Amino acid sequence: MIEAEGLTKFYGSLQAIRDVTFEVQKGEVVGFLGPNGAGKSTTIRILTCYMPPTAGAARVDGMDCFERSLDVRGKVGYLPEHVPLYNELTVRRFLRFAASAKGVEARRIEGELTRVTGVCGLEKVANRIIGHLSKGYKQRVGLAQALLNNPSVLVLDEPTIGLDPTQIIEIRRLIQELREEHTVLLSSHILPEVAQICQRVMIINKGRIIATDTPANLTRQLQKSAQIVLQVRERASELIPFLESMDGVQGVTRQQDGQDRLVVETDRSRDLRPEIARLAVEKDMDLLELKLVDLSLEDIFLQLVTEEPSQEETAS
Amino acid sequence: MKGFGSVYRKELYILFASPIFYSVAFIFLLISGYFYFSAIGYYNLYSFQASQNPMMAKQLNLVDMVMRPFFMDISIVLLLLSPLLTMRLYAEERKSGTIEFLFTFPISDRAAVLAKFSAVSTAYLVILAGTLPGVGLLGILGNPDWKPILCGYLGILLLGGAFLSFGTFTSSLTQNQIVAAVLSFGALLMFWIIGWLKNLVGPAMGEFVEYISITKHLDTFTKGVLDSRDLLYYVLFIAFFLFLTFRQMGSCRWRG
Repeated sequence: MIEAEGLTKFYGSLQAIRDVTFEVQKGEVVGFLGPNGAGKSTTIRILTCYMPPTAGAARVDGMDCFERSLDVRGKVGYLPEHVPLYNELTVRRFLRFAASAKGVEARRIEGELTRVTGVCGLEKVANRIIGHLSKGYKQRVGLAQALLNNPSVLVLDEPTIGLDPTQIIEIRRLIQELREEHTVLLSSHILPEVAQICQRVMIINKGRIIATDTPANLTRQLQKSAQIVLQVRERASELIPFLESMDGVQGVTRQQDGQDRLVVETDRSRDLRPEIARLAVEKDMDLLELKLVDLSLEDIFLQLVTEEPSQEETAS
Repeated sequence: MKGFGSVYRKELYILFASPIFYSVAFIFLLISGYFYFSAIGYYNLYSFQASQNPMMAKQLNLVDMVMRPFFMDISIVLLLLSPLLTMRLYAEERKSGTIEFLFTFPISDRAAVLAKFSAVSTAYLVILAGTLPGVGLLGILGNPDWKPILCGYLGILLLGGAFLSFGTFTSSLTQNQIVAAVLSFGALLMFWIIGWLKNLVGPAMGEFVEYISITKHLDTFTKGVLDSRDLLYYVLFIAFFLFLTFRQMGSCRWRG
């Protein structure tokens, strides 16, 4: 549904993205993840025909974003970052403008307005002036606008930024409901959100896509080392030298946050839990806890964005 | 021309919802009313004197003595006020970021430029229509020759169109409305006074600067002369700056 091929964009001499290539299948919900300034918005703006790329090509539904711009724009619903809105207009009037601009026929406009205001929970504020609405409602107006004329592709740039937690939950639920009818590409720098909503995550940093996978695979793939947490009743420190001498152990750290725990970094290829358990029993200690820790997406993300450049530097 | 109607309606609504339109209309009608009143007043004075002097009475002419100065005067008010009508057209959209909608809705850039220009021209027509009742009084009180008056109105319409087209262009250059207004005002004033160079720059150049001068062409309209050169001048002026606006929007797109 969405294809990006070697997208590169320069702002003057500043390179915002380079060689971004990806594909989003019909019906997929894909998250675009990256720190601020990574190039998320630039990529999204190219896909929504806001601006042409310096090099490369983007296609939506097989149509080139540059050559058949108007056709592509008719297929894409776009929620821009920070949701710019015409503050002088009422919600209804703005949506009416958006609907007619998107080519909804005059007789269908009222029905379409009722539908999107219903979906986005805007009935109560439909006749209020946008400038007087709260941030959460403005966000919903932006979303309602994107849903008009039922576009097959939805592109949402930071849909939950600046909202309070309840509003975030509402918007997320809304997006999850939308996944049934639309292909969704959303960007975010909030990781749990992406992990919750998306089937696939693309991580972008410094203008390049550095990883693409399902949240679960990403976790597995990027775990360079597994962590085993070990808790015994007492004398935990006595275990450290034995653990360190064990084959496959990379390091042992002692965590003393209330309970006395040992965190054992091990090679991912082998599960050392049985050996560690045996060791504890041999040493006649009461084993209280022994578990493998899955890295959360946050950790991966931190790893990715902190490690990739250094690897690159060493390579060059 | 996809999206022309929707942008036109939106622009018109925002224009009429904003206080800018009403303050511009108020000041324009107040000052042009004052000019009109004083022109009629002088005409009165003159006709009293003419009643004793048959030579003077021959020169009495409502078009020459009331309407021509009136058209010249409102062209000055227009110069001052038209940049205020156009300044927000693009500058505001760029500043607030709503330009993203214009760029990502299925609206062609050309349609957007034309719709914005048409909306602001409509507002101008509405303001100008406010002068009609006063002029209509002439028909009740006297017996003016309507054709040159109509011709004068056509001239003032085209002049206004040229100002608005230029203002649309300067608005597309910047995100700041004040800068857009100042640029538009300054450049239009320059177009106004460039004709003064006529006698200083030699005959060939002199003719050129005179043709470029924006008000010179209004003069023939107010005399009741419909000259295709003047008509062409305004039409080309309007088309040229709308075209530049269109290119400028393309450039904004590329720069992102």
